[in-house]
Amino acid sequence: MAKLKVPVGPADHVQGPADAPVTLVEYGDYECPHCGHAYPIVKALQKRFGRQLRFAFRNFPLREMHPNAEAAAETAEFAATHDKFWEMHDLIYENQQDLSNQLLSDLAKRLRLDARELARALESGEFTGRVRKDFSEGVRSGVNGTPTFFINGQRHDADFDLETLARAIGESVAVRNA
Amino acid sequence: MSKILPAGTPAPDFTLHVTPDQTLSLKELRGRPVILAFYPADWSPVCGDQMALYNEVLPEFHRFNAELLGISVDGVWCHAAFSRDRKLHFPLLADFEPKGAVAKLYGAFRDGDGFSERALFVLDKNGTIRWSYVSPVAVNPGADGILEALENLPK
Repeated sequence: MAKLKVPVGPADHVQGPADAPVTLVEYGDYECPHCGHAYPIVKALQKRFGRQLRFAFRNFPLREMHPNAEAAAETAEFAATHDKFWEMHDLIYENQQDLSNQLLSDLAKRLRLDARELARALESGEFTGRVRKDFSEGVRSGVNGTPTFFINGQRHDADFDLETLARAIGESVAVRNA
Repeated sequence: MSKILPAGTPAPDFTLHVTPDQTLSLKELRGRPVILAFYPADWSPVCGDQMALYNEVLPEFHRFNAELLGISVDGVWCHAAFSRDRKLHFPLLADFEPKGAVAKLYGAFRDGDGFSERALFVLDKNGTIRWSYVSPVAVNPGADGILEALENLPK
C-alpha cells in the first residue's frame, strides 16, 4: 500500500494538535468537484474527532483538467503568507462553482488581503514552486487522483464518505491509544 | 489476477493504431525508456483517473526521456474522443483487433471481462522489461512505482 513519503512538518498547513494520535493528510485540487464534496466531510471529521485529529492540506492541482486549479492553489498559498491559509481554503471550496480569477481576487479582498499583490504574485509565479513541490511529492507518495487521503501515512484506498473515513480514523485512534 | 511478464523479459514487439490512419510499433521507440500503461477502459468517471493523472505527471516522465503509451481495448475513435476530452499529451493505442491481443502477449488480459488489467511495464532503452506491476482493477496505481523504476534503470 502507498505510503506518505514526506511526513507532516513545519511547511505544512495544519489544523489540530501536533500530538494528535491521528494525522489526516489530504492532497486536493480546488476545482475538483470530488474535493468539493470532501470539504464538508473533513469538517465533520474534525468536529467528531476534535483534538484526536490533526488535518493537513497539500496541493494537487490537475492543471490540464482544471484551468483554475493552479491559480486557486497559489492564492491559498499567498493567503498563507498572511496567516490566512485556512480562511482562503474554506472560502474557495465554499464558492467552488464560481471559481475564476475574479472570484479569487474578490475572496482576497474579503479577507482584507491586497488583491493587487495577489495579482502580481499569480503573474510572477511566486507560489508556483511551492505548489509544484506539493504535487511532485504527492506523486512520489502514490497520490492517484483527487482527493487522496493519507491516515497516519497510509493511503486511504476506500471511499471517502464520512462513515468510511470516520471508521478508518477511529481504528487508527484505537491503535495509537492501545 | 493475471500473471504478467516479469522484469528481465524482453518486451514483445507489437504494432497498434494510435490514430485512425497511423500505427506505432514498439521497436520504433528503441533507444529510450518506454512506459506501457494497460488500463481497462476509457471514460472512467472520476477526476484524476489514471490516464489524466499520467498526463499531469508527463513532465516528470520526460525528465527520464521516457515515452508513455496508454493501451486499452477501446477503438481508435473512442481513444480520439477520450484523448481530446482529457487533453492528453501522450498516445493511446487501440488494442482492438484482434481484441486484447497485445494485453495477452504481456499476460495482462482479463479473460472473463474482455479488457486488460491495470498493468504497468517500464522498459529500458534496449526494450527489456525492468519493472512490471499489476494493480487491482478498481485501484488507480498512481505514478510512484513508475518513477521509482525509471530512477533505477541502468544509465
